[in-house]
This record gives sequence, C-alpha cells and structure tokens, in this order.
Amino acid sequence: MKESKVLSMREAIERYVEDGCTVICEGFTHLIPFAAGHEIIRQKKKDLTLCRMTPDLIFDLMVGAGCAKKLVFSWAGNPGVGSLYALRRAVEKGIPHRVEIEEYSHFGMAMRLLAGAANLPFMPLRDYYKCDLPKVNPNIKEVRSPYSGETLYAVPPLNPDVAIIHAQRSDPYGNTQMWGLIGVQKESAFASHRVIVAVEEIVPEEVIRGDPNRTIIPGLIVDAVVEVPFGAHPSYTQGYYDRDNQFYLQWNDISKDVASFQMYLEKWVFGVKDRQEYVSKLGEQTIKRLTPPASWSKPVNYGIYR
Amino acid sequence: MKDYSPSEMMIVRAARELEDGQVVFVGIGLPNLAANLAKRLHAPHIEMIYEAGVFGARPLRLPLSIGDPTLVTGANAVCSIPEIFMFYLQGGLIDVGLLGAAQIDRYGNINTTVIGSYQSPKVRLPGIGGASAISLLAKKVLVITNLTKRGFPERVDFISTPGFLSRKGERDKLPVEERGSSAIVTDLGVFGFDRDSGEVVLNSLYPGVKVEEIREKVGWELRISDQLTTSPEPEKEELRIIREELDPHRLYI
Repeated sequence: MKESKVLSMREAIERYVEDGCTVICEGFTHLIPFAAGHEIIRQKKKDLTLCRMTPDLIFDLMVGAGCAKKLVFSWAGNPGVGSLYALRRAVEKGIPHRVEIEEYSHFGMAMRLLAGAANLPFMPLRDYYKCDLPKVNPNIKEVRSPYSGETLYAVPPLNPDVAIIHAQRSDPYGNTQMWGLIGVQKESAFASHRVIVAVEEIVPEEVIRGDPNRTIIPGLIVDAVVEVPFGAHPSYTQGYYDRDNQFYLQWNDISKDVASFQMYLEKWVFGVKDRQEYVSKLGEQTIKRLTPPASWSKPVNYGIYR
Repeated sequence: MKDYSPSEMMIVRAARELEDGQVVFVGIGLPNLAANLAKRLHAPHIEMIYEAGVFGARPLRLPLSIGDPTLVTGANAVCSIPEIFMFYLQGGLIDVGLLGAAQIDRYGNINTTVIGSYQSPKVRLPGIGGASAISLLAKKVLVITNLTKRGFPERVDFISTPGFLSRKGERDKLPVEERGSSAIVTDLGVFGFDRDSGEVVLNSLYPGVKVEEIREKVGWELRISDQLTTSPEPEKEELRIIREELDPHRLYI
C-alpha cells in the first residue's frame, strides 16, 4: 500500500529544513515557492545557504529577515524594476548581518545543478572567457579538453540538502506536473537530498497517469507534498494566476527602507499563520485582478495497448 | 525641435541593425522593443528567443519581466534553462544577442557586478545573469544603452561581460576569437570596434548631435571613425508602431 506524502507546509518545513542547511527554491520568474519561503521565515530558520539563479523577492525577504548565512546566485536584481535592497544592505553594509556570496552566471548555475543531478564531478561550459568572475570565485576553473586540448571553464556540482518546488499539480505520492516556464527545477530536484513539492492542487493518481509526459519530477525523489493554492504569489502559476507586477513594483519602496521592510514582515509573514490566511488577507479583488481567462490546449491521445 | 525622443531614436537604430531571418536572443526593455519593431517592419521572419526559455513568443502585452506568462501562452516552444544555454546559445543557433549595460569601457567590457571592489563594494549591481554567455556565444552582439558619463568609464571596475575580443588576442587559448560585442547603440550615436585593438570607435551620430556632446560623456579620449556617418531620422511608421503598438503606456520611451 503506497503511502501518501502529503503534509502541511508547517510540517514539511519543520521536518526537512534544518538550521544551517542548504536550500534551493528555483523558479525562473515563474513558480517561485513564496509560501514555503514565508514559512521558513515564520519558523525563524537561520544560517541557511540559499540557492537560486535569481534571488528575487523571496530571498530578499529571507536575507532581510536574518535567515541566511550565504547566498549562491547568478543575477540579484528585481526584474524590470531595480535593486533587491535587503540583499544589498546585507552585502554592502552587513545589515542585519553579513551574508557570504558565491556568484556564478546563469549558465554556470544551470550547469552546477546539471552536474549535481547527474552525479558528475564537474560540468564544462563555454562561458567566463575574459571575465573577472573566476578571479573572485575559485570554484570556476579553467580546464582543457582531454581530446582536443581546447580551453573551457568548469563548475563543480551543486547538491543542496533540500529543494523546494512549486507546481500546478501532483498526486499524493509526489509525481509532479508543471507547464509554462520550467526553469531548472527538475535538475534542482534531482540534485538535492530531499525534495518538498508544493502544488496548487493535489490530484488523483489517474490524472497524472493520464498524461505522463507532463510529469517533470517523479514521486521517487519527493519527500513531501503540500497543497497550497496561490502558493507562488507574488510570482505566478501558469494558467492559475498572473504575476503580481504591481507588487514587484511596490517592493522597490518596501525593501528600500529597513522600517518598511520590517512592517511588511510583521503584517504579511509573522501576522498570518499560513498561506490560506495570507490569501484571505490579499482579498477577493486582488485574486480577481490576477486571475486570467482560460486557454486550454487540445488533449492528446496516448492510446490503450493491451 | 525634433518630434521624436532620444530613446525612440535608439530603439529605431537598434532595430535597423537586425536582419530578416535572424535568430535573436532577447531580454526585456529596450532590446525587446527593438526586436519587435524590426519584426513588424523589415524583418518579419526574425525568430525571438527569450532567456527564460521561450521560442516564438507572441506576447499580448509588453512584458515587465523576462519570464512574463504572456510570453508562454501561444508560443511555439518552451524549454528548460539548461537547454536554452546548452543547445541554443552554446550550440551556435543564436545570430544576434541584445544586451544592456550598467557600465561599458574603452574596450567594450561591460560591468553589471560591482562599483568599487568585489570584496567590499560601494554598490552591489545585479551580476552577470546570461550576459557573458550571450556575449561569447551569439554570432553578433548589440549593446543598447544610454550614453552617460557614469556609464562610460575608461576602465570598468569589474568585467562581467567581455568586450570585443580582438584578433590580436590570445588566439591559441581562447576558442572565442572575434566574439563579444559588435556594436553599441546609444541615445546619441552608434559605436563599433577597431578589429585589431578592440577599442570602441564612434561610427555614427544621430541628427543634430555634435561630436563634442558625445566626447564630453565618454570617460576617455574617444576615437572617431574617419568614415563617420549620420543615422537617418526615424520614419513616421517606425514611431507609430513604437507609440501605438509596442509601448503605448510609455514605459520605456
């Protein structure tokens, strides 16, 4: 009898995210696991090594809240808006405390995760020539091809302790399906020792089995499944809700100043017990504003083969 | 008194650099506007690829971010980040990469990492992102950026993305000879590169702009091409498309 892996967000974070561990929360603009990020802050986790190609608001929040010891990333801005001020305060001024950084390029980060997922000691890539980054990040090394002798650069594997993924749906056993921008989540899941999957809806096994090509992460590597509607807000979930661009713009002013940043945390993270309460607080008007009209694809025929 | 802004001139000029049928790697903002303008005019078969992993996007609204959901619905293909960088960029499928720049120096090196030292920065900028790979692996690279004194220092504090890699570079060591930036399109004029020294050279002025105006904003003794041209003004149709179809809310122009 298969065991359900369904847990509440609180239980999943309590069980799998320990102080001092390395966490990856991928999602390239899309499917960013904000509900999990908020819960990590609520549980006052600390000394974490946070990994994401683009830290986005989720890590700006967690760094400003004091959860981070170190950041592994490749581009740390507020997309289309400007800076991540809490992150900058930590790096430039040590507020609330110094955060160590380990910096790559997008290509480098993606290849680290690929190496991590594939159990390889490094991954070569044609990036970093004539750049200054290898000078300040000794993990980026020059290598020569054993066949042609040509010079490439190499990055080491990244194997986080926990990967947190947000997706549209999963069955209770962790077979996770996603559509829209899929980023580097699959690689991050296979590269990590534990995987928490947070979904808009938990669906019956038959729904997943009806379209197996859409399964990006198999239940085999998943430890916990959490049902959390609107769990990616202010990021988005393709088909379910839009990116809250208004909020991303507002964040510029909220995070610019320590006092307004703290006020935001008090109201929206510590002031709610879970994502459900957060969503009620957001209100129906906001939900409506962010809900797009539907656009269904044509179903595909897999055939029955007896 | 012109009936177009320097931003509009910059977008129009960048769009004119693109040729029909090219596969173009696009970011948000000005590069996105330039590519879409070219597609509507002289380059209808241009293929746009967004770094987030979308091929053949048909956005219904102007994307604020590089991974806007409007890029996905109705696109030809969506792929993962490793695929975009390995198969499309590294695999050599990209004809043109469009980049922005916080700072660009005498040899076209771009800095988007730090002002000051890396260990204790005065200002921490976002970082490299996809720019270094785009610069090294696209067949041609266009930088689109405003010309400001702060943005054009003699030497950048940090090379995030290399500039033009001249022929006289370390040819044996680097398999990326002659890659890197090809042209810098600004709001006052267009720069190219000396193919031997890799130095930035002013190639074209916009109508009404004087060489002195440009020299003032560049933090070194700027080389001027001995075949300096004047870029033609934007045409009515180019401006109409930008103002009515591409950026009606005037976010970028």
